[in-house]
Amino acid sequence: MTGARATGVRRGFYLDSVALMRLSRSVSGITGVIEAALMMGTPSNIRVMTDAGLLDETFSEANGGDLVIAITANDRQAADYALHQANLLLDKPIETGATLGTWRPRTIESAHRALPGANLALVSVAGDYAAAEARKALRLGLHVMIFSDNVAVEEEADLKRQARGLGLLVMGPDCGTSIINGTPLAFANNVPRGRTGLIGASGTGIQEVACLIARGGGGISQAIGVGGRDLSAAVGAITTLMALDALDRDTDTEHVIIISKPPAPDVATLVIERVAASPKNFTLCFIGADGFELPANATFANTLKAAAESAFDGRRLDLDTDPMTPVLSRPMVDRHIQGLFSGGTLCAEAQVVLLAAGEAVASNVPVAGASAVGVYGSGHTLLDFGNDEYTRGRPHPMIDPEVRNRAVVAAIDDPSTGVILLDVVLGYGASENPAGHLHNLIGLRRKAASPAIIASVTGTDDDPQHRSSQVEILQSANITVAPSNADAAALALCCIRGTC
Amino acid sequence: MSNDKDQDVHLPQPPLRVINLGLERFSDDLDAQRVEVVQVDWSPPAGGNPRLAALLEKLGV
Amino acid sequence: MEQISKANQEALQRMLRADPVLVDVVPAAQAIPALGKNMILHAGPPIEWPRMCGPMQGAICGIAVFENWAPDLQTAEKMAAGGEFDFQPNHHFGAVGPMTGLTTLSQPVMVVENRAFGNRAYCTINEGLGKVMRFGGNDAEVLARLGWLRSTLGPAMGRALRELGGIPLKALAARGLTMGDEMHQRNVGCSGLTLRALAGALARTSDDREALAEALDFIGGNDQFFLNIAMAMGKAIMDPVRDIEYATVVTAMSRNGTDFGIRVSGTGDDWFVAPVEMPEGLYFPGFTAADANPDMGDSTIVETIGLGGFAMGASPAVAGFVGAGAASTAADFTRNMAEITIGENPEWTIPGMDYRGVPSGIDIRLVVKTGIAPTINTGIAHKEPGIGQVGAGVVRAPMACFESALVAFAERVGVA
Repeated sequence: MTGARATGVRRGFYLDSVALMRLSRSVSGITGVIEAALMMGTPSNIRVMTDAGLLDETFSEANGGDLVIAITANDRQAADYALHQANLLLDKPIETGATLGTWRPRTIESAHRALPGANLALVSVAGDYAAAEARKALRLGLHVMIFSDNVAVEEEADLKRQARGLGLLVMGPDCGTSIINGTPLAFANNVPRGRTGLIGASGTGIQEVACLIARGGGGISQAIGVGGRDLSAAVGAITTLMALDALDRDTDTEHVIIISKPPAPDVATLVIERVAASPKNFTLCFIGADGFELPANATFANTLKAAAESAFDGRRLDLDTDPMTPVLSRPMVDRHIQGLFSGGTLCAEAQVVLLAAGEAVASNVPVAGASAVGVYGSGHTLLDFGNDEYTRGRPHPMIDPEVRNRAVVAAIDDPSTGVILLDVVLGYGASENPAGHLHNLIGLRRKAASPAIIASVTGTDDDPQHRSSQVEILQSANITVAPSNADAAALALCCIRGTC
Repeated sequence: MSNDKDQDVHLPQPPLRVINLGLERFSDDLDAQRVEVVQVDWSPPAGGNPRLAALLEKLGV
Repeated sequence: MEQISKANQEALQRMLRADPVLVDVVPAAQAIPALGKNMILHAGPPIEWPRMCGPMQGAICGIAVFENWAPDLQTAEKMAAGGEFDFQPNHHFGAVGPMTGLTTLSQPVMVVENRAFGNRAYCTINEGLGKVMRFGGNDAEVLARLGWLRSTLGPAMGRALRELGGIPLKALAARGLTMGDEMHQRNVGCSGLTLRALAGALARTSDDREALAEALDFIGGNDQFFLNIAMAMGKAIMDPVRDIEYATVVTAMSRNGTDFGIRVSGTGDDWFVAPVEMPEGLYFPGFTAADANPDMGDSTIVETIGLGGFAMGASPAVAGFVGAGAASTAADFTRNMAEITIGENPEWTIPGMDYRGVPSGIDIRLVVKTGIAPTINTGIAHKEPGIGQVGAGVVRAPMACFESALVAFAERVGVA
């Protein structure tokens, strides 16, 4: 034969046939090797290797308990090298599989078999499939939180009717936040347990109220997200009403805050009637609504801040003192406020604050009394970057702040902007260091005539990002940090008017 | 309107035990809080084929 | 649909109630009266000569000579090409066969009776390794061995089994699982247990010491001896599960080297076929994937009853043939198969997986929904007839079979 052979024998060295086949394959792959085999030296194996041209006919140096290494290669050097490598491989300790415990179930059914005590399913698959998965979860007796959006409203109503029959909560679709039994789910914050229950059609609404209550020394019993459309006519508040039932039964809850944009009138009536029938105390926070006719056990709040204050029997929130930089040495009169928000409800609250002060406001998600963006003469512009037009094929701004941050840069360079209003949302699900991103972004961009930047930070010191540290980072970039989102909007107004 | 046949709703009994379908970060976060969570290696039914998926739904899976 | 659930539960119950016993060895024509001259049963779904792979054609020529239907291989080939043989699937006659799987009237077949239902299934005796007919071998050595099986070993086994009153197989297979067998690629434990069960009876019913020694050597020297018994057991278990209206459970999986076919309980005798896939695995020295024959044999009846690839958690060594090969991944294969089955077999448990039962009752709906096709542990034959096994590994049942079965089932039950 052309080329060269190399042969080795390891006395009394046993490996099972599969392990040997794997080693053979490795050695065969060495450059210059034509073929390689590692086999125990039984007569039949010797015959196999001889037939394959790997051993000489006269080979007799091994018996059944010995390991034979047989290699053919293009030349002497390659053959010897390969034999050397084969011996190294045999001497190397066998790797333990790094695959222990990495099996994952492929379906919710097999997940349930793997975790038979499961009591909640968290669904964030594509909207087309979310309803079907939620249905399976209900069939398995699980409460469901649906983070996914783009679920048809008829599907949502159907799902919730089914859940109602089963006594299970469907939180969502489009539900970003819940805190159940003290556990933050999806985008939520670490807050102490306490006597206030929250029911919210808005994720960031729940987050802001929960965090303000926490910072004021209070706590949250449960925060039940119901999804953005629960209080629509098509859905009829099914989950909200069920949440009210559940909180009525929950001995930890004394006071309940319901947070939403204004519901359809019939739906509002349904909810208010149910509230009236409860022994507990309520605050209805319908952001941007005028007052409602309310029963004796309920009060009204049209901002998140006011709602949080209601948890303390209406006294002013004793928030940790944010060392606020002096409100601006130069007022930005005749310039505009540009609100660039990642949370839709925070955007709505800011609109409400400005409108209540008589300002003209435009938004891509206008509350009653605000205009849609693009209408001439609409004054201040407040944008929700979590809204559909910004999130097609892109992650939500709380996950990936890039789109909102680019708008911040553009606003800094815009001479008509007097104040940039920002929300910074912390907690699980949010990015690791949102304040840092902003700090680096703004950096040296700002000049003497640049707009002021006012932000609020929704979060607590128990959050992974640690609120106080985030506040410091923002302040070090000359961003003024207000104690709440409502305060930030009010402060922006002070700045524009030159007076508070 | 709920009717008499509806079961009473109760919040899940502690401890929370979660099955997560979708974004892995949610189960990572729950893990970090020492909450029992199983992450499903989910993919669309029938490999995303809508005709087969619809058929499967009608056939009860 | 509730009817489907109920029907599938009935299917699973029939599988679990089975009581397969190896009772006899008889000439094939005695077991299958329909078997006549020029009739050749083969592995897999129906197929005609022009589409058959090399080893299948080689085996057919060989068996024609063996049965004296042709004087030599060349004549046999002409006869085959000329349509003079009647080719039928084993499955249509209560039989199964590994690889080429040829069953003809004079060959001895092992008989497994399912005592819970009274039905019987048949499979030829495993010839051993290397140059054998199931890999397409057809020379004098191969035919001589078949002759010895017919004249000597077959009748000897038959006498021994009748003397014993049969060997119950369910418990034997359960022991095999605890010994690292999965009953498709790995049968050494069960083969040893079978020899133990037979040895005394073989001795008592033999009057020829030399023949007895030959028989004991033959059985004892073949690690895969039990494979054919496991296959007949599988057929005996699954036949009573056929024809349950509304059931979506797979009752057979099989390949002929060209097509992969499945049968489903609720769709009667229809075969749903698609081209076989190529296995992923390791090759013996001197061989590569280029030498491999496409997937072949009725042995996938073993996976159909929850063993083989489905029981891979019991046989970690077999996982070494696939992918990164960590033995710890073997259990994951079993867990994946649990995604596509409707239940577990409590009598066949896997100690290393906390004694969970093997996943049983393949549901075509779950296969299509999850995109997980049944995993099959298989030997790989050389594509040239008569050379033998060149490797081993894992192959998947083609998804297309399950998709077309699903559509056909839906039509049958009136769902668009």
